[in-house]
Amino acid sequence: MPVKQNNELKVWQRRDRNHQLRVWFMYLVGVAIFMYCWFVISESTTWYFVYDAPRIAADIGGRAWPPRWSYLSELWEPLWDTINVATIGTALALVFAVPVAFLAARNTTPNKTFLRPLALLIIVSSRSINSLIWALLLVSVIGPGIFAGTIAIALRSIGFTAKLLYEAIEEIDANQVEAITATGASRAQVIVYGIIPQIMPAFAGIVVFRWDINIRESTVLGLVGAGGIGLQLQSSLNILAWPQVTVILSLILVAVIISEWVSAKVRHAII
Amino acid sequence: MISNPALRYGLLLGTLIYLYFAVGSYDVNWSRVYEGLDRGWKFIAAFSHPDFSTRWTDISEGLWESVIMTVTSTVAGIAISIPIALGAASNLAPKPVYLLCRGIIAVSRALHEIIVAILMVAIFGFGPLAGFITLSFATIGFLAKLLAEDIEDMDRTQAEAIKATGAGWLQWINYGVQPQVMPRLIGLSIYRFDINFRESAVLGLVGAGGVGATLNTAFDRYEFDTAAAIIIAIIVIVMALEYTSSIVRARVQ
Repeated sequence: MPVKQNNELKVWQRRDRNHQLRVWFMYLVGVAIFMYCWFVISESTTWYFVYDAPRIAADIGGRAWPPRWSYLSELWEPLWDTINVATIGTALALVFAVPVAFLAARNTTPNKTFLRPLALLIIVSSRSINSLIWALLLVSVIGPGIFAGTIAIALRSIGFTAKLLYEAIEEIDANQVEAITATGASRAQVIVYGIIPQIMPAFAGIVVFRWDINIRESTVLGLVGAGGIGLQLQSSLNILAWPQVTVILSLILVAVIISEWVSAKVRHAII
Repeated sequence: MISNPALRYGLLLGTLIYLYFAVGSYDVNWSRVYEGLDRGWKFIAAFSHPDFSTRWTDISEGLWESVIMTVTSTVAGIAISIPIALGAASNLAPKPVYLLCRGIIAVSRALHEIIVAILMVAIFGFGPLAGFITLSFATIGFLAKLLAEDIEDMDRTQAEAIKATGAGWLQWINYGVQPQVMPRLIGLSIYRFDINFRESAVLGLVGAGGVGATLNTAFDRYEFDTAAAIIIAIIVIVMALEYTSSIVRARVQ
């Protein structure tokens, strides 16, 4: 513990001089990086627009109020589509995510040198690409509509659910698996009776959690043409119909809050 | 799992009815899908020969802008999140402050980044500033919520000991609370840095800066080899970030 001699007085310090200088230097580097990044952003910003922003915001706010509630009647069908995109997308993702998770888990993978890295690669590439990018790609490949949106949601969800699921599989109690194996069960029987009952609660939790996220994501897929309520949002924005935008945003907010509430309830009931 | 058979079969039946109606509302143009398969295959094939060179300036500028937006918005987001997290911890804040801060967190979590970005672009104009504000705002919902939960879980006796020495409110926070939540805060910040990069890659779709605009153009022109190059670049950066963040998180926690 470094102690500084100040005349007669001994003063305790947390770090000695060199260590303290190094810490300050790190702070300096951090601040310099931030300032540089901020400088770049500032360079590519038209500050005139930013000074004008409060007026613009007030203007948009003024146009958006009162909301045109009669528009709500045209929104039920897109909302139904949006929920379907999220739900069917989650279900489709599970069909692929479960086998991938079993291939990726260290204790269940049949082949550590080839299949496990392959499964991990599937998980990583599915996770790193945002569902909007998947939707963009699918709209350009199979055409616009909720089918493209569903596949996009499914592709994005595979990585997420498979990752959480394989971590759950790796944390199971090996004794139970051993007990089932000792009875002479085949590999498939071990999975069904030894592993699945142990991961079932985690699995259900992961599914509703992802479903909740997917509701949120499917509301914006329409912006790139993949169907749902985002399509209405895009067209309302294009014609600057701000009262309609208010209605759509409120509906999205309500849908997201309800889905979050449902998912929290279900997870609470399981755990 | 569900012991009541009526509920179990009821749920199953309900699911089947839902599936029937949900799948029925799909209107898939199979001939269009079939035509598209050819293009889909071209896209997959493009991953074997990604084209980094043709649009290299656009790609590198876009990626650089994404990284810069990520850095600034994560720093700003953390700076805003900490006071909000203190306000949203029920054991520190009085009731009105608690409700206000929880309200901010709820709004930030409920609105998707892209929707916020659209509004910000409308208000602040095109460019990375709109993306910066969007990501900073989105960071609050994530960081402040998890940090507030960590503060609520902290050990009360340590905080009380500091208070017993006659510390003021700021000293109490700094010496009684902050050391307990610091490891978690660092871990969450690094994780959020990760997420912000991923999100910044799509903000360009609505004009809020970053590589998304280049990607959008590439898809619109069916330049799949350029699109593949951008996606590969994103995946590589995300993997590198995830790898470093896992190392740092393992060290602090």
